[in-house]
Amino acid sequence: MGLNTTKPHANSLGAMQADFRRWLAEADESAAERLPLADRRGLSVYQNNYRAQLMDCLEASYPQTLALIGADAFRSAAAHHVDAVPPHSWTLDEYAEGLPGTLAALFPDQPEAADLARLELALAEAFVAPDAPALSLADIPDVAWDTATLRLVPSATFLALSTNAADIWAALNREETPPAADHDGGVRALILWRHDFTCCFQLMDAQEAALLPRLATGLRFETMCEELVEALGPDHGIALAGELLARWSQAGLLRHPDR
Amino acid sequence: MTSPLAPRFGLGLRKPHYHDFLEGDVPVDFVEVISENFMVPGGRPRDVLRRVREKHPVALHGVSMSIGSADGIDRDYLLRLRALADEVEPMLVSDHLCWTRTGGFNSHDLLPLPYTEEALDVVCRNVDRAQDILRRALVIENPSSYLAFTGAEMTEWEFIAALCQRTGCGLLLDVNNIHVSAVNHGFDAHAYVAGVPLEQVRQIHLAGHTQGRELLIDTHDQPVPDPVWALFGTVMRKLGTDVAVMIERDDNIPPLADLLDELDVARSIARNGSPAWA
Repeated sequence: MGLNTTKPHANSLGAMQADFRRWLAEADESAAERLPLADRRGLSVYQNNYRAQLMDCLEASYPQTLALIGADAFRSAAAHHVDAVPPHSWTLDEYAEGLPGTLAALFPDQPEAADLARLELALAEAFVAPDAPALSLADIPDVAWDTATLRLVPSATFLALSTNAADIWAALNREETPPAADHDGGVRALILWRHDFTCCFQLMDAQEAALLPRLATGLRFETMCEELVEALGPDHGIALAGELLARWSQAGLLRHPDR
Repeated sequence: MTSPLAPRFGLGLRKPHYHDFLEGDVPVDFVEVISENFMVPGGRPRDVLRRVREKHPVALHGVSMSIGSADGIDRDYLLRLRALADEVEPMLVSDHLCWTRTGGFNSHDLLPLPYTEEALDVVCRNVDRAQDILRRALVIENPSSYLAFTGAEMTEWEFIAALCQRTGCGLLLDVNNIHVSAVNHGFDAHAYVAGVPLEQVRQIHLAGHTQGRELLIDTHDQPVPDPVWALFGTVMRKLGTDVAVMIERDDNIPPLADLLDELDVARSIARNGSPAWA
């Protein structure tokens, strides 16, 4: 033999880990064959653990979607997702993010399934969004409204659904039979947020759909009042500004301007 | 009050017991939490942790550091863990002797390492870097495993001894994992205990397992079985007293009272060298 003592790979640990990944994520038998194992009995244990962990994550993340389409259909879709989309992040929370896209592709005639999953995902994200002091109704008199800027709490997000998935979610949440899917009726614009530790959502009317997204980056209360006065006249404009401020404060949608 | 030199006894904080820990007076010396469950921006998880921390010392136990990755360490992950640790001021920060990440893929399962000089260099480099970023000593847990590699250049306990010696990291000795791996790979659990640097042991996990078709499976979903209690007794007879002992249950979570009963068994063994009923 010559002096060539080089191992099969320049980085044998890295090569082993890459082959292990191919075995776990793709069930690549040739990759498994290359693993330098003294005893192969445990290989299937790791693959079972890998798949079970991801399936459990998806089931736990989308209980309402599972209830809507049924356990068999959901698990079939989840297994398809596990086959197609390997996890990339250190947190399993991010793994769940991809499922609505998979459901949209697998159930093109049932868009309410992907819509419901998007709603569940958005609620889960609001659940752990950053904390911030919210403006309450009781705080309103103490704020200098001539200079104050309205901002949404950090958990607030917007969602546009093409079905009545919000009504389906509400019925399932009450453990009632969900309404029939409605694919007509246009886009439903929702705002989602967390009030204390409870996640909430509501359909926005046209006025709110025009105003609330602007609060994501900050909108001076005075500017909002001026725009509403211009559109509705002084009496109605000022009244509506006050009504919206009270409604949003009561809902816990607004960040306290001074805290 | 517990003497600083006496063993401390704790439990893992699991969701079914949040109310007990928040509203009651649970007789434990510390609580261990899964770090990643609380590495979120805000909301209820962080609130629960803050309130539990007001009552108990907290150990942060991670599953995603991937200290055995040939790719190196994930700096962003460690910075988030450091932010959590800076807030919690934990008694310990631990993770596992394993790998979970390669080439942008994350397995979310604790995968085995070959015990070679190359792997030892990788793990030591990663532990050094993690300790630098975290600005605190890491505590590394021995894994349970279902595979052994050809070309191993040392035993697991020799690997761990070298790791502790080269990096100064602490050791979290999972007694159930020793038993599971000893049965699966046919080594002597007592030789393992004799071979690891007991002076580096900062924490002990006690758990149960399940008999699979061919192998013991580390399910952490059963009460601590007799062989694990017996091995724990051996460890405690050899060990100094400044160690944090806990029951680790990850699934099939029983009522808190059941786990507290198991913790009393651990106290009895630590005190007497055997359970009270023996």
